[in-house]
Amino acid sequence: MLPDKHGHFKIKDNFFGGKFVPETLMSALEELEINYRKVKDAHEFQAQLDYYLTSYAGRPTVLYLAQRLTQKLGGAKIYLKREDLCHTGAHKINNTLGQVLLAKYMGKPRVIAETGAGQHGVATATAAAMFGLQGEVYMGTEDIERQALNVFRMKLLGTKVHPVASGSKTLKDAINEAIRDWVTNVRTTHYVIGSVVGPHPYPMMVRDFQAIIGKETKEQILKLEGRLPDYLVACVGGGSNSMGLFYPFFEDKAVNFIGVEAAGKGIDSGLHAASLQAGSLGVLHGSLSYVLQNKDGQIIPTHSVSAGLDYPGVGPEHSYYKEIDRAEYVGITDDEALEAFQLLAQTEGIIPALESAHAIAYVKKLAPQLDKNKIIVINLSGRGDKDVETVSKILKEVK
Amino acid sequence: MTNRIDLKFDQLRKEGQKALITFITAGDPSLERTHELVLRLEKSGADIIELGVPFSDPLADGPVIQAASERALKNGTTLTRVLDLVKTLRQTTQVPIALLSYYNPIYKYGLTRFVKDAVDVGVDGVIIPDLPPEEADELKHKAESKNLAIIFLLAPTSTPERIRLISQASTGFIYYVSLTGITGIRKNLETTLEESIRQIRLITNKPIAVGFGISTREHVQTITKIADAAIVGSAIVNLIEQHEKDPGLVEIIGDFVARLSSGKSQ
Repeated sequence: MLPDKHGHFKIKDNFFGGKFVPETLMSALEELEINYRKVKDAHEFQAQLDYYLTSYAGRPTVLYLAQRLTQKLGGAKIYLKREDLCHTGAHKINNTLGQVLLAKYMGKPRVIAETGAGQHGVATATAAAMFGLQGEVYMGTEDIERQALNVFRMKLLGTKVHPVASGSKTLKDAINEAIRDWVTNVRTTHYVIGSVVGPHPYPMMVRDFQAIIGKETKEQILKLEGRLPDYLVACVGGGSNSMGLFYPFFEDKAVNFIGVEAAGKGIDSGLHAASLQAGSLGVLHGSLSYVLQNKDGQIIPTHSVSAGLDYPGVGPEHSYYKEIDRAEYVGITDDEALEAFQLLAQTEGIIPALESAHAIAYVKKLAPQLDKNKIIVINLSGRGDKDVETVSKILKEVK
Repeated sequence: MTNRIDLKFDQLRKEGQKALITFITAGDPSLERTHELVLRLEKSGADIIELGVPFSDPLADGPVIQAASERALKNGTTLTRVLDLVKTLRQTTQVPIALLSYYNPIYKYGLTRFVKDAVDVGVDGVIIPDLPPEEADELKHKAESKNLAIIFLLAPTSTPERIRLISQASTGFIYYVSLTGITGIRKNLETTLEESIRQIRLITNKPIAVGFGISTREHVQTITKIADAAIVGSAIVNLIEQHEKDPGLVEIIGDFVARLSSGKSQ
């Protein structure tokens, strides 16, 4: 099973993942891995997590046949996995409930997190409030501006939000600052990483907590259609919602995985966040993966209209999927995502998160090329309420 | 050829002396100034020079060194240019030089090419704060054959197993991180420091250098009583920032380091 005990996703002589962190954190990572492996097989922990996922977060989320969207695009049948219906409005809660419960088991009174769009910050703040732990969240000042509503939500939930004004003032720098906090307070603090990124065991652990998305999808589609889907489509920033959907289908080779990255103003413009398509191998935030960097190994600024995808790295398991050709990674521009944002609102009465709108936008191109008997599942990873203000500023008038 | 870091510690041990290691970020405020600064640091009593290679995401560093990295990157400092600087320095000085770089610039440069070029220009060792020995096999293997020291870090949170692993893996010296945290100026040293060093000493004979938070002559005095070397970084870098445009920058830094150096225990 992947990764191996070093956290390496191995291919021939090379690997992705690993643990590239300051020594101060190494024993904390070991402790985390030991505890995680313990609870992973512990009936009591899993039963408790299951209870919170169903009774608190509202799982299972429905798999909804988007009839009008299917009709409008005139091709494959489109299902939406409605993670936007989870408590707090995105898939992020699946992971934070797991990690904060684990932090409690480990006896850590304090949890910290980074956030880009604010969804993971809100989900961490929520879990911290519910389990009675102290929460603190790091957020870039640029993101604080574009996601003001989520900042207020975190504060309401009793979490302190630390603005991060260094570097590009976005998600990447929020992670740097969260790691600095963790290095300083490692004995009392658990760092709740929000995606399948970071040093081992995070990519594996976050994937496992998010795999509930794919497991449910599999059961639901079998019940609804009596067969597996042909395509799974999800957006990829760090890559947690897509990995959560893909992973349980890994062995089902007939199911195609498509990860949609933020192409921003177009990949040729240089203003994008498409690490898997335009990046090269590098080490960022504790693991070896595809990274957007210059020839000297400096991480370069990224751009996306969606704060949650605006990140110069990607989870190592996605790099592995790309390398072994298990998944295909494509790009969607800001404009295409904005159009899809409106399309879904107007055909299905669902306002998607700008992140998820990237997946919708790709399916808008893909579905018409496929036969009507083909099935696509889109992970609708979050709802768009948080983005309404941003979008209203960009679109002078709604089409 | 014997590594200059090893030679330095051998010599100091024979003389019953301790070492002062000084850190500055290369290219801050400019590579020309860094050249002058290195020569002055040596003259002022620094036994080993740590040259920081700037990185866009220095996650083990506090605000002082973060800002220095940003300034150096703005000046166009790259790993290639830092290597060129060492090459030029070697025309006038044989002071031991270790590069401090995050892993990505080295990884991107290419491990084989890096080890070869670093040794060719006269670099003696490398400190990589985000590279634990578990991920360093390839680099260590390449460095060993060329006698380039790979200096690993130990922290207060390191378990006895890790102390053993790192003591064994580290060459040149062992870098003990004095506190649970990031780099920066601190008022007081950790009270548990002496006991921690004693624990490491039980396991290894390699030189132990203590860094993070060490910023005054008194700190240097305390540290060199219990370890082989004291490492000062942020306090010097902070002074460089304050006098960035001062024509007397090199003298100011020289005076400060001479003061630090006078604290070395005999």
